[in-house]
Amino acid sequence: MIAETQEVIPALEVHNLSASYQRKPVLWDVDFQLPQGKLIGVVGPNGSGKTTLLKNIMGLMEPDSGYVKLFGEDLEKVRHRISYVPQRESVDWNFPASVRDVVEMGRYRKNRLFKRLKAQDHQLVTEALERVNLLELSQRQISQLSGGQQQRVFIARALAQQADLYLMDEPFVGVDAATEEALLELLTEMKNAGKTVVIVHHDLQTAYEYFDWTVLLNTRLVAAGPQESIFKKELLQEAYGGRLTVLSKIGDLMARKDFPARETGFKEKEGLGDG
Amino acid sequence: MDSLWTFLQFKDATLQLVTAGTVLIAMGASVVGCFAFLRKRALVGDAVAHAILPGIAVAFMLTAAKNPLILLSGALVSGWLALYCIEIIQKTSKLSADTAIAAVLGVFFGIGILLLTHIQHSDLENQSGLDRFLFGSAASMSTADLLTYAGVALFLLLAIAGLYKELKLFSFNPEYAQVLGLPVKTIRRLINSLTVMAIAIGIQSVGVVLMAALLITPAAAARAWTDRLLVMIFLAAGFAAFSALVGSYVSFSATAMPTGPWIVMSLSFLALISLFIAPQRGLLARLNRQRLNRIKILTENMLKAFYNLGERAGTYQKWLTAEDLARVRDFTHAELTQGLRILRKKHLVIPKQSGYRLSRQGLDEARRVVRLHRLWEMYLTQRMRMKSDHIHPNAETIEHIITPEIEEQLLRELDFPEKDPHSSPIPYPQ
Repeated sequence: MIAETQEVIPALEVHNLSASYQRKPVLWDVDFQLPQGKLIGVVGPNGSGKTTLLKNIMGLMEPDSGYVKLFGEDLEKVRHRISYVPQRESVDWNFPASVRDVVEMGRYRKNRLFKRLKAQDHQLVTEALERVNLLELSQRQISQLSGGQQQRVFIARALAQQADLYLMDEPFVGVDAATEEALLELLTEMKNAGKTVVIVHHDLQTAYEYFDWTVLLNTRLVAAGPQESIFKKELLQEAYGGRLTVLSKIGDLMARKDFPARETGFKEKEGLGDG
Repeated sequence: MDSLWTFLQFKDATLQLVTAGTVLIAMGASVVGCFAFLRKRALVGDAVAHAILPGIAVAFMLTAAKNPLILLSGALVSGWLALYCIEIIQKTSKLSADTAIAAVLGVFFGIGILLLTHIQHSDLENQSGLDRFLFGSAASMSTADLLTYAGVALFLLLAIAGLYKELKLFSFNPEYAQVLGLPVKTIRRLINSLTVMAIAIGIQSVGVVLMAALLITPAAAARAWTDRLLVMIFLAAGFAAFSALVGSYVSFSATAMPTGPWIVMSLSFLALISLFIAPQRGLLARLNRQRLNRIKILTENMLKAFYNLGERAGTYQKWLTAEDLARVRDFTHAELTQGLRILRKKHLVIPKQSGYRLSRQGLDEARRVVRLHRLWEMYLTQRMRMKSDHIHPNAETIEHIITPEIEEQLLRELDFPEKDPHSSPIPYPQ
């Protein structure tokens, strides 16, 4: 019975989320829920706010309005169940660290500052390295890895975290065909083990094959749901047919005039309000 | 040399103290500097060093005392304020980071100089020697100064040892640290404080102007030698300690000499040497790699010339002269001499008075190079859809870099072709 009620709780709920960079709106009241145990793609053209959405979910950005619930809770309460794979280019791979060093970072916790990792942590790190097939390279300096291997390092780090929800930012960018295949296999394994994996992905062609569910984004939510309901000509055209002209004009105007994203003191009211 | 001997004996208690203090201060700064360096915050260190000056001046004006703790507190406050200003400017304006840093550095340093001049022209007692903060003078430090600074340096080292793994993660990937729920704000404040403290305690011995060098140069020198963070930190500390010794020695043996500039001179020298001779990352290593590449390309091209002539003649047993080889390819005279010498030394060609021919080993090697060339041409036409009259120049380069592993993959992908796009046979090992 408990298992059943858990399944009802969405892995991720994004409620009326708006976000902006330097006053320029990037996400307009995005609202959707994602079920547990699925492979889910967040798909949209360049500049459609996919990474911004992920950053808001992970608490790396303060939204202008709206909120995010993970497994029905605030991020702070369920942080240990969430794992994040940032874009590969977001770090300097010349940093003096080995593959193992980076994967070990997945075991750092805030209540274990000043302490060394335990034997169990090292065990989990080894297992994670094995799962992405990097065990032989564990002592290698990270700058000497290929793009696909670097991506696998980040995924191993996320695996070592032992989470239930994985959020990955463009893990398929710049990897070779062999890595891509291995990665898909791993993702399917994770799904079968009951994990939820949300993947930011820009390539529409492959998105249909890879995922069970898709969130179609272009600064606003176009659609979210199971594959069959999303991959329809009208919806895809809506997402990829360029931005809405009026919307981007308003966005530019807000940035230029330093306009606030929300009126100060504005509270959402039940009912119709004065609108 | 006598003075070196006297120095190294450390008989003088003051000398002992000054040297030990300087070494510890330099080590503290260099270890903190490793993280500033890896976070690409070298300029921030410079800004903080300059921004500390008004803090010291104000602390002195308020208390009219040169108590190291009070001056240090003043330094910390203004150093912090500078960091805060840089952050605010970046956040609220559209100015770039370097503009914010330069602006803060200039304003704070200007105010510092103004206050310092004011103090020197005032009749505050005990005002002499404040200018040493500009250029540094280790000898001017009192025992109380030294003990305070050394204590702070020790605290810095311990703090970094304790939070080593978090600082590593924070420097590499701060967003991930935040997602893990680590107290990123606290860590950032801590590392900022450590930087300000490291700079503040070094100011008196090294001076405002050169302090940033003590922070960053050891890290840059150490980075050239290693890919391990821990090794890098220890190396940086070692370089800094050695340079502190050099600085102390020079100012000991020549009384008019300031300590700080000599420490920095020594550090810069070490960094220069490191950038030259470090394995892998050093300039010499790079030049050597380029030389080896050139030799590999030359000798392999010569083997190919031997092979081509043999292929045309239908036999590889004929004795060929350097002129024969030059007919197949534009080798210069020097190249021919050097290439043949190397091939002979490797027993790839057999010399005789009337010329050279490939040894059996040499023939195998020549076949390998020709095979790679023709295989790559196949790959270019089949996989990359290039026209067969455009592919030769590309293959000329790539043939020299294909590893056995890639060769195997090529063979499998192309399904062991017999002929290349120009219908020349692809020679397989016999």
